[in-house]
Amino acid sequence: MSILVYTENWDGKFKKLSFELVSYAKALANELSTTVTVLSIGKVADEELKKLGNYGASKILNVADARFDSLDNKALALAVANAAKSEGSKAVVFAHNNLGKAIAPRVSVKLKGGMVTGVTALPENVDPFVVKKKVFTGKAFANIQIHADIKILTLAQNSFELIETDNKAVIESFDAGVSDDVFSTTVNETNKVTGKVLLTDAEIVVSGGRGFKGPENWGILEELADVLGAGMACSRPVSDEGWRGHEEHVGQTGKIIAPNLYFAFGISGAIQHLGGVNSSKIIVAVNKDAEAPIFEAADYGIVGDLFKVIPQLTEEIKTIKS
Amino acid sequence: MKILVLISNVPDTTTKIRFVDNNKAFDTSGVQWIINPWDELALTRAVELKEAGGVETITVANVGESITEPTLRKALAVGADDAIRIDTTPKDAFYVASQLAQIAKDFDVIMVGIEASDYNGSAVGGMLAELLNFNSVSAVSGMNIENGQLSLTREIDGGQQKISVKTPVVTIVQKGIAIDPRIPAMRGIMMARKKPLTVLPAVEAGEKTSYVNFELPPPKAACKMVDEDNVKELVRLLQEEAKAF
Repeated sequence: MSILVYTENWDGKFKKLSFELVSYAKALANELSTTVTVLSIGKVADEELKKLGNYGASKILNVADARFDSLDNKALALAVANAAKSEGSKAVVFAHNNLGKAIAPRVSVKLKGGMVTGVTALPENVDPFVVKKKVFTGKAFANIQIHADIKILTLAQNSFELIETDNKAVIESFDAGVSDDVFSTTVNETNKVTGKVLLTDAEIVVSGGRGFKGPENWGILEELADVLGAGMACSRPVSDEGWRGHEEHVGQTGKIIAPNLYFAFGISGAIQHLGGVNSSKIIVAVNKDAEAPIFEAADYGIVGDLFKVIPQLTEEIKTIKS
Repeated sequence: MKILVLISNVPDTTTKIRFVDNNKAFDTSGVQWIINPWDELALTRAVELKEAGGVETITVANVGESITEPTLRKALAVGADDAIRIDTTPKDAFYVASQLAQIAKDFDVIMVGIEASDYNGSAVGGMLAELLNFNSVSAVSGMNIENGQLSLTREIDGGQQKISVKTPVVTIVQKGIAIDPRIPAMRGIMMARKKPLTVLPAVEAGEKTSYVNFELPPPKAACKMVDEDNVKELVRLLQEEAKAF
């Protein structure tokens, strides 16, 4: 049986997210008295694959097949389903990110499994199998029972701690059994931002709202982000006005993030904004308006002028870092 | 090219979330229903493409009881040509996808929002594609039709890709697909009353999951306030108390 984890790689490397998935699967495997197998698709060196063993993977199925680089959803889903069948997996775990969300539903249909997306914890019970997830964009939690024999889960980012083990993983090359005619996605152009901390990876995020008054005032926030090694974000009005790109918009209809530390500067904290950031562990708010709803969601707050507070904050952090 | 836009009927995003029946059901009393924000953006882009001349018809579909009809009428007012409602209570994503599979096979492009703002499932689009054996593309933030071919932009970690994909295809769309959702004009609202809205019976389909109960998040501790002139204290708290860095 075993539990199967599918993790993507980023230019041949895994991220913390991959190790969270394996740690979660290992804890689940312990409850179900089984082991963890990881499916890796794409070119990854053995040294890197072995790292998955440190978090509890016993076996790694390695599909070093460049055809999957186009991220063809149908082909990827078939590969994952074939791996799950070959392993006789009773559960398949994905990341709740763009690719995981794209593939998991297809795999659940192929395996006739029951799926819960965005789970935030281990199941409360494994028989019956009941897991928790956020609903209404973080305004509530639901406990959901999966009735099907095969469980398909996507794990919300930053919701499970890494657990190191002294496990050693066996690496096996795996034929995914996907013929050429299944692939129908052609990538014509890829544009990636380089040298910036990705919002979805960032442990710390600094975010600005209408309080910045215009597109020209963001230098101080960029400097703070630099000093903290933080990702940059903004509220919806800021991206709607074009002061910042829409890839920085966090909120209910933008990116949903869960960093350890989130700074909201000049953001009033509309309910739609909070929906995108309320999974942050610590929220710090700086706003001129003491009545702004952001202070109800924040752990620490300053009522004041962001143009004064941010440069001081940058200096203070430089001091403690040096 | 014929487009189907899937429409989820969701509570307005400012709704106060409450539960009834021993926390087993969402309290719908006093709720204003809207088109799921991402589905609304999908519909807006479909209408723009039709106006540009690349699309024959736009159909909108929903799985739900008659309470969802005003939402479908609004979609017709925005610019869809006809609407289909599959008359049943949506049980879970697999059940909903199974209902939609009966009608979706006749379309070239199926558009659906990346999630619904109520149960945040992100599941129906991918399941539907698999049931139909169609390809699917997720996190689509741009769509164009060039010489009858579909060209898409999708979001990847840290960037974007321009891709082409064969039809029929299910596109799972996110922010960026359209700038602002289109607001229906009075003329659109008048016309929507006369556009066809077909009601179909549900098909047999199993449900794979069920909601046991709901919980509200525990109340948050009060925000600790620091004086504007004491940024040093904030940094100390973050470092020593919150252990944030």
